[in-house]
Amino acid sequence: MGYLSLTDADREAMLAAVGVASVDELFRDIPEGVRFRRELDLEPALSEPELVAHLSELAARNVDAGKELSFLGAGIYDHYVPAVVDAVLSRGEFLTAYTPYQPEMSQGVLQAIFEYQTVICELTGMDVSNASGYDGTTVAADACFVAKHATGRERVVLCETLNPQVRQVVKTYAPGFGLEVVEVPHHGGVTDPDELREASADAACVIFQQPNFFGCLEPAPDLAAAANDAGALPVAHADLASLGVLEAPGAYGCALAIGEGQSAGNYQAYGGPHYGFIAARSDFIRRMPGRIVGETTDLRGERGYVLTLQTREQHIRREKATSNITTNQTLLALAGLVHLSWLGPQGLRELGETCMALGEYAKDRLGLPLVFPEQTTFKEFAVRVGRSAKEVVREARAGGVHPGYALGRDYAGLDDALLVAVTEKRTPAEIDRLADVLGEVTR
Amino acid sequence: MKLIFEKSKPGRRAGSLPRYELPKADVPEELRRRTPPRLPEISEPDLVRHFTALADRNFGVDTGFYPLGSCTMKHNPRVNERVVSLPGFRDLHPYQEEEASQGALELMWRLQEILAEVCGLHAVSLQPAAGSQGELTGLMLMRVYFADRGEADQRRVVMTADTAHGTNPASVAMAGFELQRVGTDDRGNLDLADLRAKVDERTAGLMLTNPSTLGLFDEHIEEVSAIFHDAGALLYYDGANLNAVCGISRPGDMGFDIVHINLHKTFSQPHGGGGPGGGPIAVRDVLEPFLPVPAIVRESDAFRLDYDRPQTIGKVRGFCGPFGVFVRSYAFIRSYGPGLREMSEAAVLNANYLLARLKDVYDLPFDRLCMHEFVLSARNLKRVHGITALDVAKRLMDYGVHPPTIYFPLIVPEALMIEPTETEAKETLDAFVDALRAIAAEAASAPAIIRDAPHRRPVRRLDEVKAAKRAVVKYGFEQHPDLGQAPAEGKAVEVQKGA
Repeated sequence: MGYLSLTDADREAMLAAVGVASVDELFRDIPEGVRFRRELDLEPALSEPELVAHLSELAARNVDAGKELSFLGAGIYDHYVPAVVDAVLSRGEFLTAYTPYQPEMSQGVLQAIFEYQTVICELTGMDVSNASGYDGTTVAADACFVAKHATGRERVVLCETLNPQVRQVVKTYAPGFGLEVVEVPHHGGVTDPDELREASADAACVIFQQPNFFGCLEPAPDLAAAANDAGALPVAHADLASLGVLEAPGAYGCALAIGEGQSAGNYQAYGGPHYGFIAARSDFIRRMPGRIVGETTDLRGERGYVLTLQTREQHIRREKATSNITTNQTLLALAGLVHLSWLGPQGLRELGETCMALGEYAKDRLGLPLVFPEQTTFKEFAVRVGRSAKEVVREARAGGVHPGYALGRDYAGLDDALLVAVTEKRTPAEIDRLADVLGEVTR
Repeated sequence: MKLIFEKSKPGRRAGSLPRYELPKADVPEELRRRTPPRLPEISEPDLVRHFTALADRNFGVDTGFYPLGSCTMKHNPRVNERVVSLPGFRDLHPYQEEEASQGALELMWRLQEILAEVCGLHAVSLQPAAGSQGELTGLMLMRVYFADRGEADQRRVVMTADTAHGTNPASVAMAGFELQRVGTDDRGNLDLADLRAKVDERTAGLMLTNPSTLGLFDEHIEEVSAIFHDAGALLYYDGANLNAVCGISRPGDMGFDIVHINLHKTFSQPHGGGGPGGGPIAVRDVLEPFLPVPAIVRESDAFRLDYDRPQTIGKVRGFCGPFGVFVRSYAFIRSYGPGLREMSEAAVLNANYLLARLKDVYDLPFDRLCMHEFVLSARNLKRVHGITALDVAKRLMDYGVHPPTIYFPLIVPEALMIEPTETEAKETLDAFVDALRAIAAEAASAPAIIRDAPHRRPVRRLDEVKAAKRAVVKYGFEQHPDLGQAPAEGKAVEVQKGA
């Protein structure tokens, strides 16, 4: 049972060395009143084959992407994860290491994080990236915390086209941070820069998403300019998969760039674990949350890597820290680095172009009215299905296709809207099948 | 070793993607990327070699003994990696319909039930992404709990022990509470007199690790609990050290109202070089209405996500939390069943054995039986030979061992915080004892070899002060600085490493 290594003889010898008669005596400092005197009420232990059978049975009751043609997205996407990602992540030296507190033991993971930070900075046009945040929601809260302390202001502005879960997490964190949250509505699927400028007066930051939750391309440079005009820090919530074709947030004046990293290197995994990224202009380097790896030399002058700028962090600064984050998502960020290195600049651009081309093909083939016909979209678009999108999802699934995400869940007035995601894994033939099924259930 | 960017050559690539004869979609000029990102351009063979070389320069539990105190670096069972890769888990979209996610929902529901039983509490939310986020979530629950009772403006103070992890005070600040520190008595327990003097009607709660970061079970935990509850305050349990007490003593029975559980410590989620983790929280019934949404509930034979919780604090992370971590932890617990108690017993026996065999050569600040970890001090080595805890840690590397946590907890000078975990064999522990005893002897006979350690790692001792001063945090391509030309800063950084 379990994964223990001591034999009975070991146990006897060790108890004798400690000078106690029994294992129970080791717990003598625990007051009698709080000792647990029965057996834990848990199901019996399983052997390894039984365990695999049990978990396989649970897994079989889920309808995964291999069992059903799916056009679900809304923040988590069915991108191809290359085999090299699995190969690298299965290396025990990465998988089973702790946070690299002792750099001489951890050069592999430290250099990998340094390379990850470089890739994130290249993609976003920023000067500094941390080693990762939890996911695409919590990095938004982190960005608000940075902005509050950088500007001394206590309002944050969120575009309504920002992923609803991201907004919800920011709102959950806001009272503790002493922040007020203001939301700016969209018009025709995108944010109006003038309205944003007005809302941004006295705001610490503005967070918009590019491409936004509807898949629409925001007038991002104008939104960043509007925030900057008001003295609020512009924060772009970006999709790494888009940054081969879309401009880097740093190139159009953003102070920070954040996002969900799942698109690069991570499986869907029912929502996690994934990684969030947060990168910033150099002005904010000492306000960044979490781990940051820096270059240095050893006592022979050879190059090496260490966790650095640790006076920002909880284990040194305690209540004055820039964040409480300790464990992050390093292994998932490593997956992102491997995937993006596998793609290279050309591959990343092709990935984005393919998603967009397939998206246009899908719009055309579906022939359903677009919710936001004026907008250019990336990887995802919203259509009207003429009746409850939730019901359409149910009926299309009966036809073997999951057609997308019902937007009425988050947006009033969009009960008949379906958000359809098309990654590079979807083929034109699969899109034809979606068109057939949707054609039937929306007729 | 070269960075991957330094191995890059224009025109090379590893990945291939499908190509379709479709018209190219237009991106408006002002939104189009102008300068391509300088991602590595590398072939797949060299890509694999690069990351294999990096792996070779890293040390994990798979490589050897990793007694990093408070981090619970136990063996990570490989079967967990197999089951988490089942397509039904790995390729499942989080917005898949409930009836098409029943296996995932049942697994999470079962894990909640297990964690509630292990903690002795009523309800569980799996959502927090890590221990520190569990802390923050727990403090948010405290805030809304007191707001609900009309005491929001009054209950402003949260106390932490002077032995606490740095995350505790950091979380208190992030949650908008005021921090107050409580001292430690001469047996390593919370100082009851100090507590009694500080707890009053402004107190919202206490955050405590039990056993503490000293590896000691608080002998007065019942009194501590009474002091806070009598004052109308709540008790928060930092579950970093839960590995000591599974099936032996439950936080809920100790009087704690909110607990976070580090799935990447006690329940074997591999730490991945820094993450992912999982930080579920378990709470007493009065706090359940405030838990994050969605709740995972069972209705007859079906499981569903319940968003209809009017008093919820909201969401602290996307979806239901780090699901893959739940799969691994659930598999781990099912491989023990009620025998989880034996896991904790072995962890505590291993720690006490090391302690018994080391306390004559290193100082022991609190001479008691320990729980799953213990703290020694190198202060005498420093005083007599000028050998610091940092030096001891670096020298241990040459013996093929990952160093323990050092310079933590803060109340012990030159601290070495050692946690062997339950999965190590006696031979491994004996080899570690031999190494630490040899280093103590070297401190007298050959101190220079310790001060220059490590000697057998891919790099020699690294200049952390230079890294912080120069702040080179990404590759600079053509403009990348040569830090070998910059003067050494020399002075070692004697700060917490680990926990």
